[in-house]
Formats: sequence, structure tokens, C-alpha cells
Amino acid sequence: MIIRDPEFYPPPENPVTWLGRATVNPCRGAGRAVLLFLAALKAMPHVFGKRARKETVYQMFTMGIKSLTVLSVVAAFTGMILALQTGIELRRFGQEENIGTAVMMSMVREMGPFMTGLILAASVGSAIAAQMGTMMVQEEIAALEVMSINPARFLVMPRLVAMALMTPLLSFYSCILGVVGGGVVGYTQLGVPWGVYFDNAMLYVVNRDLFVGMLKALIFGVMIVVIACHQGFSARNGAVGVGNATRRTVIISFLSILLVGYFVTRLFYY
Amino acid sequence: MIRLEQVTKQFGGNRVLDKVDLEVRDGETLVIVGPSGVGKSVTLKLMVRLLTPDQGRVTVNGEIISALDGRSLEIAREKFGMLFQGGALLQWLTVGENVALPLREKTNLSEAEIVARVREKLELVGLQDDYEKWPADLSGGMRKRAGLARAVVENPRIILYDEPTSGLDPVSSRLIDDLINSLRRQMNVTSVVVTHDLHSALAIGDRITMINDGAIVETASPARFIESKNPAVKQFLAAQYITRRGVWEEGSS
Repeated sequence: MIIRDPEFYPPPENPVTWLGRATVNPCRGAGRAVLLFLAALKAMPHVFGKRARKETVYQMFTMGIKSLTVLSVVAAFTGMILALQTGIELRRFGQEENIGTAVMMSMVREMGPFMTGLILAASVGSAIAAQMGTMMVQEEIAALEVMSINPARFLVMPRLVAMALMTPLLSFYSCILGVVGGGVVGYTQLGVPWGVYFDNAMLYVVNRDLFVGMLKALIFGVMIVVIACHQGFSARNGAVGVGNATRRTVIISFLSILLVGYFVTRLFYY
Repeated sequence: MIRLEQVTKQFGGNRVLDKVDLEVRDGETLVIVGPSGVGKSVTLKLMVRLLTPDQGRVTVNGEIISALDGRSLEIAREKFGMLFQGGALLQWLTVGENVALPLREKTNLSEAEIVARVREKLELVGLQDDYEKWPADLSGGMRKRAGLARAVVENPRIILYDEPTSGLDPVSSRLIDDLINSLRRQMNVTSVVVTHDLHSALAIGDRITMINDGAIVETASPARFIESKNPAVKQFLAAQYITRRGVWEEGSS
């Protein structure tokens, strides 16, 4: 059941009450988000139905293809900046031909999935939260529930599948663009030949790096959809509520990406 | 039969309903009236478990709907159709697709059968030419009629109407009233209508219930309701210039 009775809390009487509430409410929200994720996961077999399949492909297009422009620019410039910064330092030691390694490792392990996650959280996550929030305040979600159409299956699941499929691909794409961007800077600014740059880039990277990077992107994608849908479904009080849900989605997604990104890195590399 | 037993509902410090008992009989049209913010829509949402009572219980044909969850709640809700205030149409689907939605999602009907059923229901509400239109292109009244077509497309036994005439001009309001009456005749459904439009209430209701200050202050047939001695009812009637029986009888004839 997505529709819940609105919750009201009196103003906190003292700092202990405030602290308790500030601890309990986010935990409760996280718990509800996990339940929403599980409900969408349970509905996953329906993805092969005609409508869900069509909706999933449409969501893949809006989430993935429409994000390509901004992602391309950010990825290319991330690679270029990485190459320039590391290249300037390495040149002092005559090691500028090694920028390929630095850019490749940074992009594949961290920056690719990280930048993809942040961009999708800001663009797709906020859009999902706004849509779900608007549907909530206009009673469209309530109408779905009265029609016994489960919103977790009808709305969340196709977005979850679309994002889970698209984020690893987009992350891979951003890695390629970042590395190519780094190569352009290496060749034009630092005088590193293309061949040397790419040989160095491929020198230390292993399949595991790519796998962990794409796994991170997948986790980020799933988190963004679940956070956005949960926040949207929590929207109350008209346009202000929708605005708050959108804002919270971006903030919580950014923080979650940083936090989870760190722990995944620690899990696989420490 | 829908029954609210000793139902209390509170939002923050505001007790909207206080130990309310209410019964909706099979096949009747019960209209719930009252000023804004007294808990009319809350009562309606409690009936379909969009809200949960803080105390008391809500039963539908003997089943305690206020205690249901998950799949059993979904099954219980299949008895209901509900018209929301703004129509609650999904904005990215056309009118036809909106009405077809429950059939496509929950039944194994063929596409031809679904389209035929949708066209039948759209004709019922006078929107037979608007199948391909988008909700954003409809007027407020048309949106409500489309919402009504969607609410009845699965032939429910109970239809809930949340402010069906609010925000509409008098002509559109009477059109909706006529629709409610004709749906009841054709489908023999139980209807619960929440409104603050007394002209509408008197025209469509078998019984009228008035909620005020968290309690039911009057439940009576339209004829008796208009003669009520309850001060809140008298004030509510006077506020809408209904002071004698003739006014609404002439209006509804």
C-alpha cells in the first residue's frame, strides 16, 4: 500500500526529542524505501508483459538517451581535467606518458559511475520525484490503488528495470569518453602520442575494475529510482510538497551515492 | 452494506471524526454533506481504506476492510469504483486509455472487447467522441465524466463520489447529477456521494447525512432533511438559500 495516513508531529519539546525524531524519521523513511524496492522487485516478473515491456523501453529512452548530451560533456571534460591535472604534475618528473593509466583507472573505478550517478540523480531522479509527487497530490496514485493496480508494479518496476539496465551502459560510455578526452588533452597539451597514451591506459586496468565500476553504477541507478519514487509518494500539500520531494530526492541521492560508492570501493579494493 | 462503527480519525491535534457510526444500505444513494473540512472526504476514504481509522472499524459486506492489507485489500477494493475530485486521470494516457487501464492491467479481455467496453462507458457519460483526447484538453466537467467512466468500467457494486460537482457550472453540475442517477438505475449500484452542494444532494440522495464538528448531526431522507430542526442543518440549508421544500422539488423536477 503506497498511500499512507499523513503523519503529524508536535514541535519537539526539548533537544532530546528533536534528536530522537531526527534519528528515527530518516530510519523510518529508509525502511519504507527498502519496502518499496522489495515490492518493485517482487513485481519484476511482470516486466515481460506487453505494457510493462513498452513502458520499460520508453523509460530506457527517456532516462538514457535523453541524458546522453549532458553526460557526454561532463564525462569528456572530467577526463580532460584529470589528464591535465595529473599531466602537469607528472611532467615535473618526466612521467607525463603515464597519464593514460591515471585517467583510465580513475574513470573506470570511480569517476565514470560516480559522474553518471550524480547526473542521473539530478536529471532523472528529480524528474521521477516530480512526476510521482504530482500524481500523488492529484490523487492519481490513490486512484490506482482503488483500481487495485499496484503502483510499485505499474510505476516503480519499469523505471527500476530501465535504470538498472541503462546506468552500467551509461557509465561504460562515460568511461570511454573520459579516456578519449584525456587522450585529446595528452596529445594536444602534453605532447603524449595517442599510441603511448592508450598503451598506458590499458596497462593496469583489469576486467574486475570494469565490473566493479558497472556494479557501482547499477547500484546507484537502483538507489536513485527507489529514492525518487519514495520521495514522490511521500509528497503532500500541492506544489510545495512536490518541490520538497524533488529537492530531497537530489540531496538524498547525492549523499547515498557518495556513501555507498565509498563502501563498495572499500569492499572490493581494501 | 458499508458500515462505520465508532470510527475516530484524527490528524495531528485535529479530531476530524469522533466515534462516528454510519451505515450505507445496499442499492441506495447516500449523500454526505457538510461544510468544508469537517471530514466528508475522510469518511469516503475510510470506506475504501485509503485512510485507516484511529479507533473503530469499517466493514464492507461484513468484511473488515479497515484491517485488510496486501492482496486481500486489493480483492476487497474490486467492489469499488471511485470518482475523485479532479478526475485523477493519468496525464500521459488518452481518455480511452485511462478508461481501459483497469481492464488492461487486471483482465484477460481481448483488445477488441476492451475497446468495446470503453466505448460503451464513454457513451454512458457522453464522451463517445473524446476517446483519443488527452486529459489536459478536457474541461473540468469532462474530466470528471471521464473519471466516472473509468470508475464504472469494471461494473463495480459500490461507487464513491468525492465532490462530483465542485468547481463546475450549474449546468454541468446537473449533468453529473443526472449521470449519478442514471448509473444507479442502469447498474443498480450502491452510491456514496460527498458534496457540499445541497441542490445536488437533494436531487440524487435516498438519504442525506450531515457531518459537523466530527459527528453526524442528521441522517434523513431529502424530504425530512429539509425539515430538520437541527441548528447546524438549518444553517447549512439557509446558507444555500434552501428554506422550503418547493425550492428543490421545482429544481429537480
